[in-house]
Formats: sequence, structure tokens, C-alpha cells
Amino acid sequence: MDSMTIIGMTSIIVAGFTISIGSIAPALGEGKAVSQALASMAQQPDESSTISRTLFVGLAMIESTAIYCFVVTMILLFANPFWNLVAG
Amino acid sequence: MNIDPSEIVYFEWEFVRITATLVFTWITMMVLAVGAFFLTRNLRSDTKISRRQNAMEALFTMINDQIREISQDKSGKILPFAGTLFIFILASVLLSLIPGFISPSGSLNTTIALALSVFFAVPAYGISSQGIKGYLKDYLKPTWIMLPFNIISEISRVVSMAIRLYGNVMSSSIIVGILVTIVPLLFPVALQLLGLLTGVIQAYIFAVLSVVYISAAIRNKDNNLSESNELKEE
Repeated sequence: MDSMTIIGMTSIIVAGFTISIGSIAPALGEGKAVSQALASMAQQPDESSTISRTLFVGLAMIESTAIYCFVVTMILLFANPFWNLVAG
Repeated sequence: MNIDPSEIVYFEWEFVRITATLVFTWITMMVLAVGAFFLTRNLRSDTKISRRQNAMEALFTMINDQIREISQDKSGKILPFAGTLFIFILASVLLSLIPGFISPSGSLNTTIALALSVFFAVPAYGISSQGIKGYLKDYLKPTWIMLPFNIISEISRVVSMAIRLYGNVMSSSIIVGILVTIVPLLFPVALQLLGLLTGVIQAYIFAVLSVVYISAAIRNKDNNLSESNELKEE
């Protein structure tokens, strides 16, 4: 195997692992946050506007960890910086 | 596949590079500026208002109420800054419905610029409300040991805001691009709808986060005052 094959292979495998492992924790966290928010909305329907606003902001914060993994994956797949080392 | 519209270069001369990001940002700015010019003609203060004025007042009231609720700041100083951020990101996401229009907020350059403007706005608002000394004291808040961590959080905030907006907008366009090659009929439309929803929520999130950061820089003084008042009462 020449170095180009190795770089391509590791990039694709690592990209798959990055997005799959990286989306587990944010998914669990978002599910927990939504279930808690629904429970508290059922308890206090008057506060639902405040709860949903905080929920959206919190969800976006949690989701950003998954988004970071996604950006890393996309960079590995479509804008790999290591290509330039071997294919000039 | 293209993950950043800045890779499309229309014109290049020495250090001047006109990329797709720049062109579509100009188009968005032009749409907003021309729209604002025509919407603000013939404003009236009596009860018979035009539909355009009604829509604009609804938007303005919504942004103003949200900012008041989040920041507890009655002065309305944050409104021009956060409202502009919200309307710009919202317009750039909504305009991407037009075929051929590449959303400028799907480019890392635009989002970093927006996040940097928040980065510089936070000390500007903080200093204007509590003075340079009062603002710099915030960095030593719990103890002086926290100083490096406060500075790190200030910088990482910029990075996280920029990458969050970029990743969300870019991911929806990438997913549509991938789906078009697999199932070209109808399915991309549904996902584009989802992308639109995420884009609108991200515009809201970006504005809310900037309001939260700015109001944290402004608010400290009032909190200190109320704390000292409580101490006196005790």
C-alpha cells in the first residue's frame, strides 16, 4: 500500500467512527433534556414559554458537540488537509 | 463536494478575492437594505396602518420582547445589535430557498465574522455600562485564580458560536446534496424543510446567545448594587 491509500483508508474509517461515536452522547443528552422539559411543562403549563425557550437554547448547545464531530468528519472526507502532503 | 462557498472564486486580483460568500452576503445585505428602505416609507402613528407597517411592527415587538425577557435590560441598547444579527442570519437562511442562492451563513468566514462582532461587542457594552475598571473586574470575579479560565471561555465562546452556525447550515445543504444523488424526487424537499427549521432556530439561538453574553457583561453592576443593598438592610 502506498501512503495515499493509507491516508484515504484511515480518513474514511476515522470519519465513520467520529460521527457515530460523537453522536451517541448528544443524542442521549438531548433525549433527557426533552423528556425533563416535557415533564416540567406538564406540571406547570403556565411556564411553557420560558421552558421551551430555555430548552431550545440548551438543545442547540448540546447539539453543537455533535455538530463539531460532523464538521471534523466533513473536513476529513471533503477537505482533507493530509492529501496535500502526498498528492501535490 | 463543496463544504464552503468560499472555495468558489469569481474574481481574483492580487490580494482581492471575490468569492461566492462575499457575493451572496452582498445580495443579502442589498435585499435587507432595500427592503428596510421601502418598508419604512409612509409610517403612520394612528390606528389605520398599512400591512407592511403591521408586519414590521410585529417583528420589532417580537425581538424587543424576547430581548427584554432574556436580558432583564429595560434600556433597549442591545436591540439594534442582536436584532440585526437575527435578521441577517434569518434572511440569509430563508433566501437559500431560492434555487442557486448559496446561504452565506453556510460559510465559516461569515460565521467567524459574526462571532467576532459579538466578541468585540461584549466588552464595548460592558465598558459603556460599568466603566473599564468595573468591566475588567469581572474577569477576577470568583477569585483571581479564575482569570485564565475566564479569558479562555471568552475565546472558546467565539469558536463555538461560529462553528455551531456554520455546521448547522452547512450540514443541511450537504445532506440535500447527498440525497439528490440517491433519491432525487421529493425526499430532498422534506429535508430542505428540516434544514429551514434548523436554520431559523440557529438564527434565534445566535441572537439569544449574543444577548445572554452582552447582558452578562452589563448586568453585573446592578447585581452588585442589589447585593450591597441587601447587606445594608440586614
